Amino acid sequence: MRISVEEVYETVRMTLDHHFDIRTVTLGINLKDCIDRDIAPLTQRVRERIVEKGQLLNRCADQIVQKYGIPITNRRVAVTPASLLLEPLPKTKATVVRFAKALDAAARKADIDFLGGFGAMVQKGTTAAEENLIDAIPEALSKTQRICGFLNLASTHAGINMNAVAKMGHILKDLADRSENGIGCAKIAVFANVPEDNPFMAGAHHGIGEPDYSLNIGISGPGVVRNIVAKNPDCDLTQLSEVIKRTVFKITRAGELIGREMAGLMGVPFGIVDISLAPTTSTGDSVAEIIEAMGVGQIGSPGSTAALALLIDAVKKGGAMASGNVGGLSGTFIPVSEDEGMIRAVRDGTLSLEKLEALTSVCSVGLDMFAVPGDTPPEIISGIIADELSIGVANNKTTSVRIIPAPGRKAGDILHFGGLLGSAPVMKVPGVSSCRFVQRRGRVPSPILSLRN
Amino acid sequence: MTQEKASQICIVTVTGVDKVGIVAKLATVMARANINIVDINQKILEDTFVMTMAVDVAEAAIGMDKIKTHLDRVGKNMALKITIQDENIFKAMHRV
Repeated sequence: MRISVEEVYETVRMTLDHHFDIRTVTLGINLKDCIDRDIAPLTQRVRERIVEKGQLLNRCADQIVQKYGIPITNRRVAVTPASLLLEPLPKTKATVVRFAKALDAAARKADIDFLGGFGAMVQKGTTAAEENLIDAIPEALSKTQRICGFLNLASTHAGINMNAVAKMGHILKDLADRSENGIGCAKIAVFANVPEDNPFMAGAHHGIGEPDYSLNIGISGPGVVRNIVAKNPDCDLTQLSEVIKRTVFKITRAGELIGREMAGLMGVPFGIVDISLAPTTSTGDSVAEIIEAMGVGQIGSPGSTAALALLIDAVKKGGAMASGNVGGLSGTFIPVSEDEGMIRAVRDGTLSLEKLEALTSVCSVGLDMFAVPGDTPPEIISGIIADELSIGVANNKTTSVRIIPAPGRKAGDILHFGGLLGSAPVMKVPGVSSCRFVQRRGRVPSPILSLRN
Repeated sequence: MTQEKASQICIVTVTGVDKVGIVAKLATVMARANINIVDINQKILEDTFVMTMAVDVAEAAIGMDKIKTHLDRVGKNMALKITIQDENIFKAMHRV
């Protein structure tokens, strides 16, 4: 049966009026075979591969956009965790920074705006090379433009590496101090239970269980979901879940088709579709506004967590029906600075850091893109990270933190980052420090639920 | 062995306000590009005029980018939004 006018119009409106897009096509690239005891041959092999495949990614994405008329907003590359590649090399900051610069230059040459994977898996402990990489993060990320970092500091199986968590408070402060409004910290996320195939920055990397190449795709349609919720103002919550499911099914199918065809064109294996709802600063492309269209007065007010849980559950059910390859994070992103509704709620005092943390217990991505006062001590930053990661560890899910300690700013100030990163009201943080807890260090043992065999 | 040539169906979508000459203008673009029109439908949806035209671009004399340029010109002259997309995207989204 040929497609009806109504069906065509529904799809066309999704892209023209409701910001439906393929948010990212991210090519995972294995670099393990580039490892060398000398940095020069390592960087040369890495550069050649990234430039070749990055350019191919851009060319194929352009072809697919022409064919299907669905915008592909970002084309990105994720690589093997850099710490692995640096293991045989001298443990100096200069080595790490040189490698970061080589990755940055390759991304620039391939016209890739962000390259992920500059990080390490240290949930249980840290090797000398990993320690060295972490120490070099402020310099490496502030001297490069396109490199994104990630660190897996915790997992349900290993518990929380509190030595690394304690260190990250200092590292993030240092990184923030090297950039205007602390924006350098937008390029690094710390995780519990990080997925190996997440296509979204800043946390993307090409995990060690992945093949040589893997094309992962992130779809996004908060505007589309908000529209369908707004069109159903009076139905009960069971019915509302059904209409969200049906809509997410459709956009996931579009993502699956485009991902498969992109992978075929490039001659690489297709990985996953990440069905996360990712907001942008464009008007109407907001996750907070979906929650508000559901009937919650403003995100952060009572009812928000329940509404978000219902939303994500419906997103997952619709997505899982549409594709056998749903993976990555596949939850809902609620970055403060990149979502107009979130910004409004923080500014109005409806959404506090504590409620934001509660929301992340039903939302996969964690505390994202939020600013705290510049005089927040490192131990408090570590405390915020430990709290958020423990939600992930205890609930066997991914959580992450992307925090911006804004130098010289205090609670209530508004930071303007511009572009995709939006603007962030600086959030109030309780002044009472838990530094004695953080400074105990060691490892928070894995929860009993990890003993499943 | 089949004698049929493979077809590649795309859907042209026109939205805006109905007026004289839309089909004529589009048909001219298609004919010049050696593109066969397979089907045409139109409806008023949510107070908007919507026309869809299924076309076979398998034998097209010009590439998708050129076709898009021609359609954009028609759209601009007639104050309409015109898109062209491979039919498979609609099949994927609307057919289980």
